[in-house]
Amino acid sequence: MNWGSLENFLAMGGYAFYVWGSYLVTLGLVIAEIVLLALRKRSALARLRLHGTAAQGNR
Amino acid sequence: MLATLRCVIHRDLLLAARRSSDVMTVLLFFVLVVSLFPLGIGPDPALLRTIAPGVIWVAALLASMLALQRIFASDHADGTLEQMLLGATPLGMTVVAKVFAHWLVSGLPLVLISPVLALQFDFPQELLGILALSLALGTPVLSLIGAIGAALTLGLRGGGALLSLLVLPLYVPVLIIGAGAAESAVSGLGGHAQLLLLGALLAFAGAFGPWAAAVALRISSE
Amino acid sequence: MSGNINWFKYSSPQTFFPLAGKLAFWFGALALIACAAGVYLGFFVAPTDAQQGEAYRIIFIHVPAAWMSMFLYLVMAFWAGLGLTFNTRLSGMMASAIAPTGALFTFIALWTGSLWGKPTWGTWWVWDARLTSELILLFLYFGFMALQAAIDDPRRADKAGAVLALLGVVNIPIIYFSVKWWNTLHQGASVSLTKAPTMAATMLTGMAAMAFGFWFYSIAAALMRARCIMLERERASEWVADYARRSG
Repeated sequence: MNWGSLENFLAMGGYAFYVWGSYLVTLGLVIAEIVLLALRKRSALARLRLHGTAAQGNR
Repeated sequence: MLATLRCVIHRDLLLAARRSSDVMTVLLFFVLVVSLFPLGIGPDPALLRTIAPGVIWVAALLASMLALQRIFASDHADGTLEQMLLGATPLGMTVVAKVFAHWLVSGLPLVLISPVLALQFDFPQELLGILALSLALGTPVLSLIGAIGAALTLGLRGGGALLSLLVLPLYVPVLIIGAGAAESAVSGLGGHAQLLLLGALLAFAGAFGPWAAAVALRISSE
Repeated sequence: MSGNINWFKYSSPQTFFPLAGKLAFWFGALALIACAAGVYLGFFVAPTDAQQGEAYRIIFIHVPAAWMSMFLYLVMAFWAGLGLTFNTRLSGMMASAIAPTGALFTFIALWTGSLWGKPTWGTWWVWDARLTSELILLFLYFGFMALQAAIDDPRRADKAGAVLALLGVVNIPIIYFSVKWWNTLHQGASVSLTKAPTMAATMLTGMAAMAFGFWFYSIAAALMRARCIMLERERASEWVADYARRSG
């Protein structure tokens, strides 16, 4: 599929808003999910180090 | 075992009678919600006639959901539920009895008053029977499905709103088929297919619902 | 060596945790490759559609996302059911790990469906059977997540969620049937989606590549989330303490 030029590709035959609106939101949500998971892991580890675990004789 | 069931039903009805305001509240809610729709949409008779079955069904659904919390909550609070869990009667049967009593008190009144409300919407008089019958078949299904939700959310914070979130998606088929019965009767196709489907849903829910609710009760009571 | 496979070796969080980490990495890499291939096919190989122009290219996200939303619900219900039947902690954790990703794809399916609908049907939302069923599926996911969030005891949360998920699985065909039937009855109000663009082979391949990409991504995301859940729940374990110390 030869778009001819970058302008044509970005314009998507006039449907740029809908097509890019779909792809970019999907990409954004996926990235958000990954980032949130990384943050969740980090805070879980931080809490473990802070409070210690029952195995270490805490609580 | 039948004696136990009769006893459970009798007890629940007695408790409901002593707190009759609970029952009346649900009924009044139903009537109020139905009356709100014309106020929000406008008094155009043709429009109201078209939306009547849907409005009445949605209101019945919401009113039925309001009453759900009460099925197990008071028994859970005073320890009767634990006795039921430990008792000789199969928990599923106890659930059937409780749901039946619950329906008598919060479902049946809706069925009986629905023709009156439908007349407010100028619903065709000869089709009032089909509307009432659809509710008569559908509200027990709502109670059965709702009982599972009530059992799952026993004692949780977030109470009523959480229960609604869980149970409303499961109510959708009942709503579609139930309201559809009256709607197709109006358009001349007759509501028999939907009524038969509702009967099938009732049989299915009646067979599996109490068992699922019993499982949920045990999970919630550990 | 008798060659007996120890099926239960990885059924404890301690052994599964490192395996999940490695699997998540590799599936993530595979997902990137598959999605790159899918996007390439979708934009540079598949031709323009005669009826819908370039707007149809949303299909490469919309359809795979919808497939994932339904598939993930089934997988979630499977793990939940397994946990309920065999009382295994890890199965319940897997079900809880899958739910948010499933909800995400359901939302993506709805969002892209709406953006696809506007240029092709003229409105942002149509009460088409599939979009409506998808919306209800989103509510089912939210209900599951809300119920688990409301219960403090993880074991009760797992089991209660399992009952709800299984209830949902039984209901999904009923819901879909009733919505589809409702939609055809009221056909006048809605635009028929059945006239989908006739599929060129390249379009199908692109969709398949994206579907695999989303599937591998879902596996990776669910495994990463399962690891977080393990770190949160298995606070009392020695191996968690070791891990926390090591990764300091």
